[in-house]
Amino acid sequence: MVETAIELRSISKSFGPVQANREVSLTVAKGSIHGIIGENGAGKSTLMSILYGFYEADSGEILVRGAPVEIRNSHDAIEAGIGMVHQHFMLIDPFTVLENVMLGAESGPLLSESTRAARTELERLEREYGLYVPLDETVGDLPVGQQQRVEILKALYRGAEILILDEPTGVLTPQETDQLFEILKALKAQGVTVILITHKLREIMAITDQVSIMRGGEMVAHRDTAATNREELAELMVGRKVRLDLDKTPVAPKDAVLSADHLSYSDAKGIQRLADINFTVHAGEIVGIAGVSGNGQSELLEVLAGILPPSAGSVSLGPITATPENPGDPEQRRLNGIAHVPEDRHRLGLIGKFSAEETAILGYHNNPGYLSGPLIDRAAVRADCEKMMRDYDVRPPDPMLQSSKFSGGNQQKLILAREMEKNPDILLVGQPTRGVDIGAIEFIHQQIVAMRDAGSAVLLVSVELDEVMSLSDRIIVMCGGRIIGEVPAEEADARMLGLMMTGIPRDQARNADAGAQVDA
Amino acid sequence: MSNAPRITLPAWIDIGVIPVVNILMALVAAGAVILIIGEDPIQAVQVMIQGAVGYDEGIGYTLYYTTNFIFTGLAVSMAFHAGLFNIGGEGQAYFGGLGIGLAVLALDGGAPGFLIVPIAIAAGALFGAGWAFIPAYLQAYRGSHIVITTIMFNFIAAALMVYLLAGVMRESGNMSPETREFASVSFLPFMHEVFAWFGVTITRTPLNLSILWALLCCVFVYVFIWRTRWGYALRTVGQSERAAVYAGISPPRIVLMAMCLSGALAGFVGVNELLGVQHRLLLNFSAGYGFTGIAVALMGRNHPVGIVLASLLFGLLYQGGAELAFEMPTITKEMVVALQGLVILFSGALAYMSRPWVERLYLMARGGAERRAA
Repeated sequence: MVETAIELRSISKSFGPVQANREVSLTVAKGSIHGIIGENGAGKSTLMSILYGFYEADSGEILVRGAPVEIRNSHDAIEAGIGMVHQHFMLIDPFTVLENVMLGAESGPLLSESTRAARTELERLEREYGLYVPLDETVGDLPVGQQQRVEILKALYRGAEILILDEPTGVLTPQETDQLFEILKALKAQGVTVILITHKLREIMAITDQVSIMRGGEMVAHRDTAATNREELAELMVGRKVRLDLDKTPVAPKDAVLSADHLSYSDAKGIQRLADINFTVHAGEIVGIAGVSGNGQSELLEVLAGILPPSAGSVSLGPITATPENPGDPEQRRLNGIAHVPEDRHRLGLIGKFSAEETAILGYHNNPGYLSGPLIDRAAVRADCEKMMRDYDVRPPDPMLQSSKFSGGNQQKLILAREMEKNPDILLVGQPTRGVDIGAIEFIHQQIVAMRDAGSAVLLVSVELDEVMSLSDRIIVMCGGRIIGEVPAEEADARMLGLMMTGIPRDQARNADAGAQVDA
Repeated sequence: MSNAPRITLPAWIDIGVIPVVNILMALVAAGAVILIIGEDPIQAVQVMIQGAVGYDEGIGYTLYYTTNFIFTGLAVSMAFHAGLFNIGGEGQAYFGGLGIGLAVLALDGGAPGFLIVPIAIAAGALFGAGWAFIPAYLQAYRGSHIVITTIMFNFIAAALMVYLLAGVMRESGNMSPETREFASVSFLPFMHEVFAWFGVTITRTPLNLSILWALLCCVFVYVFIWRTRWGYALRTVGQSERAAVYAGISPPRIVLMAMCLSGALAGFVGVNELLGVQHRLLLNFSAGYGFTGIAVALMGRNHPVGIVLASLLFGLLYQGGAELAFEMPTITKEMVVALQGLVILFSGALAYMSRPWVERLYLMARGGAERRAA
């Protein structure tokens, strides 16, 4: 009989009319790595929030190490030995690693004593789990992967024996992900139980012992990872067969329509975000920009879309040339056949409180087709929104529903429909499938490829390396606001791109990669 | 970590039940205050309602106050839809009155009424808008916070008007700080006069044709905000400046547009007060209507229909309150202000206090209904 770390029995939780968890049961064996997968809104986060005391379950029982416990807040959870590493780190940037770990666990009014005790304890934890972090470094100066280790240390320092990680790899490079997995294995070897919440099938297959699949607030299946595969998991998550590979005809690039020439951009504080960017995109091809989030891709996309002005150099997009003197604006871009699916759909792409049909004209509200005299022609807007919803399978197909009430995937489909139905010559796409369900990802990818096949030039920015690799015809890698190199899609592999994303040029990345393989 | 989705209540509860609950709570609190000073709260409420709507003179006064509240409530809501909190309605109303006064004083020597009145209305809008333009410009292009600057501009307007009315514009020989009386061609007809044209006799009250202008403004604001592309751009900026930039809308220009429209609407208080009632420019005619407009807009959920209803309520409180101070001497004028303050407190500042209770009641009622159905 395997010892259980956590057992959830028939947990139910509803928010008003929305049942987020329905009779969810889960058993996690001690010292195992247990994956929980599910689409957005499947109830994974709610379940973990109940386990960590953010919400209280309406009904059901939680057992930790076989004994029923009541977890009313995160303090109770910590008492029960449960630690959580959030997707968005809960760290104070100007504090040192040591100060961050101690925060909330200080003893006595004077810091010096607890500092000393904490240092000794942390050094022990670092040795035991191989979790090395410079304790006196300021957290804000550390790379993301290291910050995540601080979060893990924080949990362990508070005596966590059960560690919940919520989408831990979203912000990591492939190398950092590998390092995280090494740490998780070390934790497991020491008897720590790890619960890994993710939507990435590859990670589930790589690291977990068991996996539980949630769909629509219910637990639909439990599997031993060794006895399942990606296709089965995807099918269980979505509830129907899903094709994970993309069909793509060979690329047939035509004229260059988008090119950046020594483009630089510095933000309001004078920090250079883009430095000497040069590249070209042809009609009929998809060029993907790979890079760790925050390395200038967002700024590049916004400069191209006319939201930010270039500081030096120029970009030409079809008939327009944007320079520091004459940067243009988003409206000018739209009028010239350039469409932009923004990275952050909640803050840029749509307005949560607007109805779907109002979101469907965002950026195009001055189009003569939507106007009659000074008024907005509501019938025309309605008809167009209904057409978009039909063509892009937006559910529910209700133009009057508030935009925020749609699921992430349907919001994204509506935005794509709005930008794509104008048949743009140039399509700028940022994070097209962030927070989007697998079923919708499939559809969105097909639409982007269809756009390319119809002769548009597509520039794709994504932090999902798999997405960049499967969609792009050419891949440009950015790091620190510069282009590190360019790789044709058929020559790209994740390890090499991962190294380039940390700033190592392609030829060296290839050598380093070869060297690593020899060592192994 | 996703947040718990908020319960969405049916619209009739949101805009119907909750405001009524808030007003009832305010009345209970006000009743307690009246009890403490040793008067009968039931009788006080009767006096108030009788005074406000019990006879045609009361109704006239109530609607006359309502007119002012509609203008200032619309002004606040216009700015609010663009994400701006315009606290300067008072100063804009006051300054709009200056525009009206200047226009009439310049023209009433010879021009006919059908020219003077529209020009005066336009001048009121222009001056109100102008007074809002400066804080708007400072907000849009210099980042000075509009709440701070509009408050300061109220004081500047007040000081400037004292200077003008005590000196430059005062009628020579007049002891009080006001201009000469306007020529009668510029007067807006009183409603009792309008009714008299049709042979209907009602009591003389300050209620005049401005109330029709106020209702027209409601229609204009509704159409502008929800039906035109400029209103669309304005609401987009109000919801998310970043999304507006993405959509090719310039937030600074929208800030200027929204504030100028807001100031113009506030400036129409002068139409009711000066062209309609006082027939001269005088000190402090704006009498706090600009400030109360904030509560009106809050209570009316920034929608013209809500604003009309909230304005009626405040008109009722003003007129009923005045009557109350007159009928029950222990309830002083200051006391009435305190009671009005309670209503503003409960329906404005604490507007969402009762919401969780109503939500719970609603869910219980619905749960019960569902169980019975099952």
